[in-house]
Amino acid sequence: MTKKHSKLEAINLDAYYGDFHALKGINIAMEEKAVTAFIGPSGCGKSTFLRTLNRMNDYIDGFRIEGQVLLDGRDIYAADVRVDELRKEVGMVFQKPNPFPKSIFENVVYGLKIQGIKDKNVLQEACEKSLQHAALWNEVKDKLDKSALALSGGQQQRLCIARALAIQPSVILMDEPASALDPISTAKIEDLIHELKKDYTIVIVTHNMQQAGRVSDHTAFFYMGELVEYSKTKTMFTSPKDTRTQNYITGRFG
Amino acid sequence: MLHIDEELNRLREKLLEMWDLVDHQLNSGREAVMNADHELADRIIKLERKVNNYDIKIDRMCENFLALYTPVAVDLRAVLALLKINTNLERIGDTAESMAHFVKKLDRPFTPELVELTNMMVMYDQALAMFRDCRVALVQDDPKLAKEVIKLDKALNKIYRKSDRVITKYLQANSDQIPEALAIFSIIKKLERAGDQVTNMAEEIIFYREAKVVKHKRKKKKKDD
Repeated sequence: MTKKHSKLEAINLDAYYGDFHALKGINIAMEEKAVTAFIGPSGCGKSTFLRTLNRMNDYIDGFRIEGQVLLDGRDIYAADVRVDELRKEVGMVFQKPNPFPKSIFENVVYGLKIQGIKDKNVLQEACEKSLQHAALWNEVKDKLDKSALALSGGQQQRLCIARALAIQPSVILMDEPASALDPISTAKIEDLIHELKKDYTIVIVTHNMQQAGRVSDHTAFFYMGELVEYSKTKTMFTSPKDTRTQNYITGRFG
Repeated sequence: MLHIDEELNRLREKLLEMWDLVDHQLNSGREAVMNADHELADRIIKLERKVNNYDIKIDRMCENFLALYTPVAVDLRAVLALLKINTNLERIGDTAESMAHFVKKLDRPFTPELVELTNMMVMYDQALAMFRDCRVALVQDDPKLAKEVIKLDKALNKIYRKSDRVITKYLQANSDQIPEALAIFSIIKKLERAGDQVTNMAEEIIFYREAKVVKHKRKKKKKDD
């Protein structure tokens, strides 16, 4: 649908939780260095789909997929793909901020330490860069050794974004990253997303339609496991093609 | 800068580009009227298509902005004002085009005496000045200047109201000049209309900056008097 490079692509993707057919024949290409939003009512499959993009569903009993998910043209479900390597490339931020009960510094460099990086200078540099990128540096630079749990919810969420950025992914998946935050923190996260898309491909699941409108370039509407409509966000929010999309975004569903 | 501000700025800049185009139409129109310049009139008429494209583009940008950003308070007033200013700008472009059509009917420049008597060029300059001040008011977010712009419209109305008497009197003595006099009267009517359209735009600037509705207020007052 776009001339730009497709970073992530699903081809004829079906997903099942046991007998339950959660995703039905999904075909979608997500543009590089842009924000793609997934919207749809609860249970429509949008979070399941998001989680297939970095294989977060792998450990769920009875979960299986058919079809392909391509990252830079390569199938992430191919036998030779290492999941830990994949997740370095495709980071994730969750609905509720989930910092570790450690210092701010330790939280940011956690992924790097796991990778075996010990050089203090490298870690410090990565920490500052990630926090700056996550628009949190100015608020925490004097208390990096303080517990991350002492930060506000909005700050904790930006810390989680910094933690995801530290391992230098190219894609960031966000599962309702602002739904547990107050309006000011939400606005900060949204502006951060707008900044981050200059360097990262971002895929975001949101229940907040206005948020999808504000932050995303493309929007995908899911309903009952199907991808009903996928278009430029401004097209979807001004003239959706499918009646189901129209009913959903105007709050007339059901 | 906030994302929503970036979008509003883009919208505003697009509108200012259109404003400059209409300014060019009006300004060229002045020359065309003065010199009965058919070629220039043709160029003004041709520009109308470009202005219309801006109109459509800005309408669409406003629609997208409302749908995507669900603005409130000053942001909402800004986009509503820009939308209405857009409509008025497009109409001023139409006005310039109509005047150019009158110019095309002329086979020689207007009689200086008639131009002088009717104050047509004074009116033209005044309308152009209003139009330009209004642009400054928008660029500088200056409701005070917008109010000054609205006051300037009185001078235009005064010239317009006098013009039929002046022209009737002139025609009684120069009955061979009916087509020319009618053309001048038509241009004066168009300029009066342009003044009203600039007034509408200035009112929108006040609404956007001060959250005050000033349109229709003055007319009411006049009735009360």
